[in-house]
Amino acid sequence: MASIAIKNLFHEKVRLAVTLTGIVFSIILTAVQLGIFLGFIEASTGIVGQSKADLWVVSRGVTHVEQGVEFNESKLYKVLADPDVAAAKNHIVSLGAQAKKPDGSDEGVTLVGFDLDGGMGGPWNITQGSVADLEIPDAVMVDELYAENKLGVTKVGQVIEINKRRARVVGFTRGVRIFTSQPAVFTSFKNAQSFLGLNEDQSFFLVIRARAGANLEVLRSRLAGELTDVEVLTTSQLVYRQGMYWVFGTGAGITVIVAAVLAIIVGVVIVAQTIYAATVDHIREYGTLKAMGATNGYLYRIILTQSVLSGLIAYVVGIAASLVISRVSMEGTLAIIVNWQLAAALFVLTILMCCTASIVAIRKATSIDPAMVFRG
Amino acid sequence: MNAIEVRDLVKTYGSGETAVYALREIDLTVNAGELMLLMGASGSGKTTLVSIMGCILSASSGSCKIYGKETVGLSQKELPAIRLENIGFIFQAFNLFPALTARENVEIALDLKGVRGSQAKRRAAELLERVGLGGKLGSYPADLSGGQKQRVAIARALAGEPRIILADEPTAALDSESGIVVMDLLKELAHEKDRAVIAVTHDNRILHYADRTVHIEDGRIGREEAAMPVLPVSTTGSIGARQ
Ligand SMILES: Nc1ncnc2c1ncn2[C@@H]1O[C@H](COP(=O)(O)OP(=O)(O)OP(=O)(O)O)[C@@H](O)[C@H]1O
Ligand SMILES: [Mg+2]
Repeated sequence: MASIAIKNLFHEKVRLAVTLTGIVFSIILTAVQLGIFLGFIEASTGIVGQSKADLWVVSRGVTHVEQGVEFNESKLYKVLADPDVAAAKNHIVSLGAQAKKPDGSDEGVTLVGFDLDGGMGGPWNITQGSVADLEIPDAVMVDELYAENKLGVTKVGQVIEINKRRARVVGFTRGVRIFTSQPAVFTSFKNAQSFLGLNEDQSFFLVIRARAGANLEVLRSRLAGELTDVEVLTTSQLVYRQGMYWVFGTGAGITVIVAAVLAIIVGVVIVAQTIYAATVDHIREYGTLKAMGATNGYLYRIILTQSVLSGLIAYVVGIAASLVISRVSMEGTLAIIVNWQLAAALFVLTILMCCTASIVAIRKATSIDPAMVFRG
Repeated sequence: MNAIEVRDLVKTYGSGETAVYALREIDLTVNAGELMLLMGASGSGKTTLVSIMGCILSASSGSCKIYGKETVGLSQKELPAIRLENIGFIFQAFNLFPALTARENVEIALDLKGVRGSQAKRRAAELLERVGLGGKLGSYPADLSGGQKQRVAIARALAGEPRIILADEPTAALDSESGIVVMDLLKELAHEKDRAVIAVTHDNRILHYADRTVHIEDGRIGREEAAMPVLPVSTTGSIGARQ
């Protein structure tokens, strides 16, 4: 049975090529759109998700970290008093900083001020320099992907201006993408305070690491009860808020998801049409099989094998191409992330797509009257 | 036992003013081990009759027993198994899968019967050997002559070891030479293992092959003739011209 399906499929090379091209494009389009979606999520949530903190204390009603409102440092001591808190540090994320490029023009940046000793909220994917280098007053670390275009910086040691203060680039990261395209500028908490003109006792956030083994939710609600005017969130809760705000709040997420759904629909239509045409072309042979005693189920299996096999071949090609596209995108600020979860989801989606597409052909096969075999 | 026993068989296509009365109370018995030819004018109901005997078309009323088992009134779910068990079909246009080799075309029929793998390969080769195509196992239908294609189709029909073979115009698409080979084969098949072979034909050249020839006229059984003697050698080179 499987061999009839396979042989039929490969017998018609042109039709197979058309089918495969259709499915491959559908897979690539879907992968790219969903990869962009994942890239959006990563770019909008990275500075929270990569923070290594367990809990965040944020001013009440904050929908995204860039919107943080300063509060008094005294809350830090209340947090530190809790026995389940292993470490708690002040933290700043702010869009309220402008960098002046060497050519004199202004560029908004995402200023991240973190406690150098806390091991939380700092840069990741460091390619040059180290966190310790940020001890130097006015030292900052920026991302290679944005450095030249956005900040006019190409190497360590260059000096830019942030909010009219000197900032010396002491290191680079690679791949710290920011959804707003306002590049991340990592600096010490103290430097960030001075860039933003804050008082010494003012902070935007507290980042907390829980004692190993502590129940995060219990700790979170206990802290929330003790602190006033602020919310205490787990990192994943804040990641969720970030994602909802930037990716869905701006409509960017919906756009790519709609595009992905359209790509899937186009794929289904293409496969459905070619599988149907192939079935109609073989109607006499299918009728013959029925006359010989084949059940409808036998014919369905032939048709399904053909479409699933087309799907599998197209999947291998499509996902390989998507991985190449993803790799190339990593050189730029718009990341198309094709991770194994997306690849697995696309696999399931491709198989579902091919099975759905077979329905029309299967209905056709069901309706074949075996008596047709004796008619001219 | 009779291979096929048809009683009061009626087939009407459609209904009301457009109804076509294709078969009107047919009574016919086909014996095991005989090659029966069905003849008749175009539209007389030959195809309709073999379709009902082959369980691919349902009768309007009457009875059609295959080796004693009533088939009229069975559901669409029950019929495929009866066909698989009892019937081999041979078509005017061969109906082979173009994408499959001769051997693979036969293997499908074995697959339907649950015979697979190396056993199916061996059996398919034997069957093709049986019809004289032992050297064409790997050939595709496109590379075979009409007569060879029909012999592949016969091998395929034999795969299920059917007790009845139904052929509609098996030689119509063939030249005389190939027609002879095919009819010789069908006659042999009828006589071995008490198989019943029923062949619809317009072809007067093959009449002498029949153990019996039944004429259908306008949906009714007409004349019946017993086996004809082999004709003397003719100069026209027709199928009848055999020593
Ligand atoms: N599916 C159908 N629907 C309606 N009428 C049909 C159908 N099949 C056959 N008929 C009619 O039934 C009658 C008998 O047809 P059938 O095909 O059995 O004749 P036949 O003897 O095989 O003819 P031929 O020698 O031309 O093949 C004809 O009048 C034909 O038009
Ligand atoms: Mg006919």
